Amino acid sequence: MGSDTRKRTAGAFDVRLVIALLTGVYGAVITVLGIGFVSDEDLAKAGGMNINLIAGIGMLVFTGLFLLWVKVRPLTVPDPEDEESDSSSPEQG
Amino acid sequence: MTVLAQDLRLDANAIDYALLAFYFALVLGIGYLARKQVSSSLDFFLSGRSLPAWVTGLAFVAANLGAIEVMGMSANGAQYGLPTVHYFWVGAIPAMLFLAIVMMPFYYGSKVRSVPEFMLRRFGKPAHLVNGVSFATAQILIAGANLFLLASVVNLLLGWPLWVSILLAAVIVLAYTALGGLSAAIYNEVLQFFVIVAALLPLTLVGLHEVGGWEGLVDKVASGPGGEEQLSSWPGNQLTGFGDNFLSVLGLVFGLGFVLSFGYWTTNFVEVQRAMASKSMSAAQRTPIIGAFPKMLIPFIVIIPGMIAGVSVTELSGENKAALMAGEAAPSGATFNDALLLLMRDLLPNGMLGIAIAGLLASFMAGMAANLSAFNTVFTYDIWQAYIKKDKPDQYYLRAGRVVTACATILAIGTAFIASTYSNLMDYLQQLFSFFNAPLFATFILGMFWKRMTATAGWTGLVSGTGAAVGVFLLAETGVWDLPGQGASFIGAGAAFVVDIAVSVVVTMATRPKPEAQLVGLVYSLTPKEKLKRSTVGEDAGWYRNPGLLAGIVLALTIVLNIFF
Repeated sequence: MGSDTRKRTAGAFDVRLVIALLTGVYGAVITVLGIGFVSDEDLAKAGGMNINLIAGIGMLVFTGLFLLWVKVRPLTVPDPEDEESDSSSPEQG
Repeated sequence: MTVLAQDLRLDANAIDYALLAFYFALVLGIGYLARKQVSSSLDFFLSGRSLPAWVTGLAFVAANLGAIEVMGMSANGAQYGLPTVHYFWVGAIPAMLFLAIVMMPFYYGSKVRSVPEFMLRRFGKPAHLVNGVSFATAQILIAGANLFLLASVVNLLLGWPLWVSILLAAVIVLAYTALGGLSAAIYNEVLQFFVIVAALLPLTLVGLHEVGGWEGLVDKVASGPGGEEQLSSWPGNQLTGFGDNFLSVLGLVFGLGFVLSFGYWTTNFVEVQRAMASKSMSAAQRTPIIGAFPKMLIPFIVIIPGMIAGVSVTELSGENKAALMAGEAAPSGATFNDALLLLMRDLLPNGMLGIAIAGLLASFMAGMAANLSAFNTVFTYDIWQAYIKKDKPDQYYLRAGRVVTACATILAIGTAFIASTYSNLMDYLQQLFSFFNAPLFATFILGMFWKRMTATAGWTGLVSGTGAAVGVFLLAETGVWDLPGQGASFIGAGAAFVVDIAVSVVVTMATRPKPEAQLVGLVYSLTPKEKLKRSTVGEDAGWYRNPGLLAGIVLALTIVLNIFF
């Protein structure tokens, strides 16, 4: 529908990779914290739940899914059509 | 926020700060990457109309998920319990679907660059100017409020002086919005959305674990002040302040669900701009619908933590909650606004704590960036280009957009310091600006479907509608009309809507309509059906990209949620 013929460049970098980078790093850091550096005090705080570990694994799984999406539907830069979401709601990681 | 600072000071360590710093590095990185794609003013202000629907859809929700939403709705959750979901399920979803199905074809199809520009084409200059100036002013004030809230939370949590965090946050937001324009703001909103979920979802899980799961929460809320009523969304008497069930439901459905929310979601350029940035009519229509899916679920990670805080955090539960609900100060000195912060303090270990702080700051910054990016578009296109410097080359307006962004940031720092002296007033101000939207919606809907409506009716309707809303607000403020809860804003919006319609109809009858030829593409009955059609081929093909069907799915899910809760 875009009527202009000028070369389209917006959307050339893939924001999905930035998101995956963020959740990947966050997930890795708190997973390590959750495995290796949990004090009893931390556990008592969260009622015995190791939230760093659980949330960390959750974020890593989410990162994996996002990377898979980038892999399956890569971004094609030149002219009209680049990627598109295949399902509508995002996984809430 | 009057809790003693020490009680709220979070025990953040080096890892938390590192996680926070990593987030800010990515935010600036996005600004830098987006800068490369800006070569014209349309790139800067509307992302070259090239973004995919899932990006604009998430940005659509995230732009609204600012400080006021996150802190305010968890505070509401602590105070009123489940009825707060009405702000999402009644107060947002139907309006988002209406925007997608009915109004978006006009916005996107007419190729206007902003909501005020639509006013210009439909009603001429006076209405355009009224709308453009009031919108621009409101954005600066709200951006300042967001900035101040951000700084005060940083001050409470980490102990940084107020002015340091105000300046730092302003510089970061300015850096990426001035560099990358709307694309940078939108990509950061998408990133922010995921950070907020990553912060609040674990908090909700630990919180539920702490109070003994959903059943535990239900038992504790039911036996606390407020009682059973806080566990089902209807009729929501505590929320509206109406004693009568019928009036309460009516207030929710007509006031909140119809006038306030339709006004906000369908005419607020901060939101509509996100949809206008998408790459096709179909994608523009899908933007609010895709946004509606997460919008349905956000209450679970915002309101439920608030409710948990209301029963588990010492400073907010028991006698403290009872006192606060009666409108008195709690013995602990805490307020419901502190709900989320206190819960984070109580439950999260280092690591998760850093992510939670990043999530909160992300939400405040993106709120401000959304205000700024909408402001610079309206100011540059609708005020500067329309009335001050006409007919300059496109590069001039691109540069102007960057300068305007910088000026707006400086103004927002100013309004942030004004806000810091009136932290209560900012809530009212926010409420007040929502009144601009109710008459705007009335004028829009009448103008889109009634071809006879005249230009004079356009601006007189707007002005008198806003006047009516301000009148109700003043009556409620001065106590002439006693409306506890949040019923006053529902009634104010209703009054604005009715007065706007009445004045518009009367004035239209007395003035001369615009020639029909000028209204093609702007009024429903004069627009050829093909112009409103979306493409159904290529990347717009497939049943799962059909806006009508998606809207039906959202509606069905929302009804199911209303039945269960």
